[in-house]
Amino acid sequence: MVTAPTPLEEELRALAGSVPDPELPVITLAELGVLRGLHLVGPGRVEVELTPTYTGCPAIEAMSADIERVLHDHGIPEVEVRTVLSPPWTTDAISAEGRRKLEEFGVAPPRPTAARHEQHAGGPVLVQLAIRCPHCGSTDTTLLSRFSSTACKALRRCEACREPFDHFKEL
Amino acid sequence: MTGAPVSTVPLSAALALGDDALVLSHRLGEWAGHAPVLEEEVALANIALDLLGQARTLLSLAGDEDELAYLREERAFRNVQLVEQPNGDFAHTIARQLYFATYQELLYGQLAAGDGPFAPLAAKAVKEVSYHRDHAEHWTLRLGDGTEESHRRMRAGLDDLWRFTGELFEPVDGLDVDWTALRDGWLTLVTKTVDQATLALPTGPQLGAWTAGAGRQGIHTEPFGRMIAEMQHLHRSHPGATW
Repeated sequence: MVTAPTPLEEELRALAGSVPDPELPVITLAELGVLRGLHLVGPGRVEVELTPTYTGCPAIEAMSADIERVLHDHGIPEVEVRTVLSPPWTTDAISAEGRRKLEEFGVAPPRPTAARHEQHAGGPVLVQLAIRCPHCGSTDTTLLSRFSSTACKALRRCEACREPFDHFKEL
Repeated sequence: MTGAPVSTVPLSAALALGDDALVLSHRLGEWAGHAPVLEEEVALANIALDLLGQARTLLSLAGDEDELAYLREERAFRNVQLVEQPNGDFAHTIARQLYFATYQELLYGQLAAGDGPFAPLAAKAVKEVSYHRDHAEHWTLRLGDGTEESHRRMRAGLDDLWRFTGELFEPVDGLDVDWTALRDGWLTLVTKTVDQATLALPTGPQLGAWTAGAGRQGIHTEPFGRMIAEMQHLHRSHPGATW
């Protein structure tokens, strides 16, 4: 199925991509980079490919329901959202606009994963590159906890303005 | 959840990997409401959630995830005995995390590098598990190189669980893994962390006479029966119940 998308598919993909992330509603699914594909498989029948950020991310169900709703409202009666794992999602898939919105929302965006070394088993490695406080811009920040309100975030504190903030971890 | 057709998936391997993730997820979930600080409450629950997501994908490769999780008897579970061990105190849980997350990261790393049916899941999960290992390593350092009391407890946790670590390296049918390399890599990493934490690696045998590969054959330790009774109770009492 390596055919170029039709104008209708492009329109529907833009619609599905405009759905806000259920956990971080300031960014859209397109900006988060989790929408992998949309295909018109028959009249009024659409198949959508969605990839989870984390394997256990519970938001995937809300995302699927929201995509189905927005496409139903646009006159597509049959919508099937499929979850695809490969290639694995990475924080590099978050768009520049998505990063800007995250920072504006008070979440330090992930650093590019190219800056990470490969360690022993191919997982992400925490290089001590400075993470900027989204409130005051200081790079003098310290890690409080590796896991914050969701698995994809870490909790940090800014030593300049003393505010705690979430950091979207590199994956 | 993935595209691999069920027929190409080695059943025993899907159950081994899926049950490891499911059972450890449940044990970590038991910390909810009991962790020493709020940040750890959240961290352990997040690690449990990652593992639950992995378990769902893996068990779905083997059959119906709910039937497999909630309706199998104890002897049908294929998880290693390490993951079913009770939480104990916080140091004990961290010791279990250190042993298991280091193993799981290396195992998934090998599976991700291959082209078998588990490669897509492993390539995704290895990145998550690397944060679990990092979490366990930092706590091992902090507790081992902390107070006299935290050092004592961390050491006790490592000692108590050591005899369940040999089973991790028993070959699993259907997994294309270099088990010797896995064991060597694991030993190097765990030794490095333990040394840095001013602790010493336990010296006893890594296998009890009766525990060699036993969990993978469906033979489990006593606390496991009580754990799955709790885990399966709701589903068995109210079949088809929804939230």
